[in-house]
Amino acid sequence: MSEGDAERRFRTLRRLDVGGRALSLLGLVAALIWAFPLYWSIATTMLPPPEAAGGPPLAELEQGLGRYADVLVNTPIGLWYLNSIVTSTGVTAGVLFISATCGYAISQLEFRGRKLLWGMILASFMVPIQALIINHFFLMNQLHLINTWLGVILPQLIAPVAVIVYKQFFDGVPKELREAALLDGAGHWALLWRVFLPVNWGITAALAIIVFIGAWNAFLWPFLAVTEEPLMNISVGITQAQQLFGVGQLAAAILTGLPVAVVYLLFQRRITDAIVVSAGIKG
Amino acid sequence: MPHPRFPDNRIALGFVLPFIAVYGLLFIYPSLQMVWMSFTDSQLIVPGKWVGLDNYLYLLRDWRFGRATFNTLYFVLLSSIPATAVGLGIGLILVRLRGRLQGLVLALFFLPYVLPVSTVTTIWSWMLDYPAGVLQGPISLVMGRPMHVFLTPSWVLPVVALMTVWWTAGFNVLLFLAGLRSISPELYEAARLDGAGAWTQFRAITWPLIWPVTALVLTIQLILEIKLFDQLYLVSRGGQVDATLVFVQYIYSLGFQKDQGGYASTVAVALFVLVMALSVLQFQALRARGPK
Repeated sequence: MSEGDAERRFRTLRRLDVGGRALSLLGLVAALIWAFPLYWSIATTMLPPPEAAGGPPLAELEQGLGRYADVLVNTPIGLWYLNSIVTSTGVTAGVLFISATCGYAISQLEFRGRKLLWGMILASFMVPIQALIINHFFLMNQLHLINTWLGVILPQLIAPVAVIVYKQFFDGVPKELREAALLDGAGHWALLWRVFLPVNWGITAALAIIVFIGAWNAFLWPFLAVTEEPLMNISVGITQAQQLFGVGQLAAAILTGLPVAVVYLLFQRRITDAIVVSAGIKG
Repeated sequence: MPHPRFPDNRIALGFVLPFIAVYGLLFIYPSLQMVWMSFTDSQLIVPGKWVGLDNYLYLLRDWRFGRATFNTLYFVLLSSIPATAVGLGIGLILVRLRGRLQGLVLALFFLPYVLPVSTVTTIWSWMLDYPAGVLQGPISLVMGRPMHVFLTPSWVLPVVALMTVWWTAGFNVLLFLAGLRSISPELYEAARLDGAGAWTQFRAITWPLIWPVTALVLTIQLILEIKLFDQLYLVSRGGQVDATLVFVQYIYSLGFQKDQGGYASTVAVALFVLVMALSVLQFQALRARGPK
């Protein structure tokens, strides 16, 4: 390498570093602007109104938490939490079970109609489930499942993307593992539960988290399927309740988002990886 | 005796049955019923009689359906393009950041995406509250006075688009970041040694390689935003709903408020067909322009 080349390279690197710092700053500023609505809403619920500001910080904190306690005590939000936890857990367990078994069959078994089934799953990936609200309501009403947990859960079990993800991951399991287990006399059920699922434990956990968050956040179907306040999911309840007014509305909205925000912050990496995989881009 | 080409027929049945049962009962059957109902004058929960093409003929001269189509496409335009642009822009910055800082910026952009829609709309309704919400300051600066944002029909869809971009752009940032990370740094290294500037590098390396991701993100956005209901419903309750009518809202209002299950199904079929057609078109575009 000639002297001139080296110097040019050095200069380029230095210029890049300056650019790097500017970019870091730009990214940080953009992120802070993006986070402003979250900061602002928490501040609004926790801080006293401007005309009453200036008291001792501890008393202000107490008042702020008092606003949340108020919502927890004076609205059915505890019941709504329970409804959301039960239905979201039901959706998650249901989606994972039917997707893992079906994904296993498509990936590992030779059976009539395999190609057809796979084609239908791929095709239904893009279908707008919202178009089916009338017919889902009609059906759930016939089955007497309106205003029940099961009625909220069932139509949310349609998640072809989970089958697609499982199939792809099961395809990647080494053939030797399968052959060894089959030679040992293990059946396909044992193979799925003792080999394929444990080997892909990470993707099951990731899918579980994103399906759960999706069900927790769902609005349209839980809103239609439940008309009685004590049976509502939290995401619906806080928009319907008459007991919520003033800053209590904002506090209730934060309480609604808090569990999923905490889950996201705890499992960031797993969640983002799973989303990238299910969107079809290998990271 | 196992079938020679399909040795696992019997065992496979047990594996696919749960999925097929759920899928058949909750997807195939309702879809077929939707098509059938679209030719009847059914109510929401009471089956009606066959009316042939009446609903479809009415659809063609229904001004509300026309408005819903226009508003939906307008909203898709207002939301999907900025959300994709923000995703790409922030992705381009993020990919150059390191470690903690990258994690922090990504987390702040992504956090809104995991929140329930009712949390998002409550926060934004408060920020836009008339006349003292925190965003009324900037609004007064531009308009000269505070605005009843959600009672001004021409403002509703753009503002809902804005909050939707805030809500969902983190998802796009994530996809772009994954795409940008998979571009080999050696390509940029080589281009720099050849004296290529930042813009040339972007045009010659980044853009062609990131185009498939862009097309994917746009497709996902398009299909997501065409199904707009939740945000709009939550902020425009009590407003002039007709002025900002969109597809899913029209289906909801026909079925659940006017008890016209038959005609609501006709509108649902139209949405179904539109989304499927767009998916196919986008997929073709993606394949045609993707790999060079």
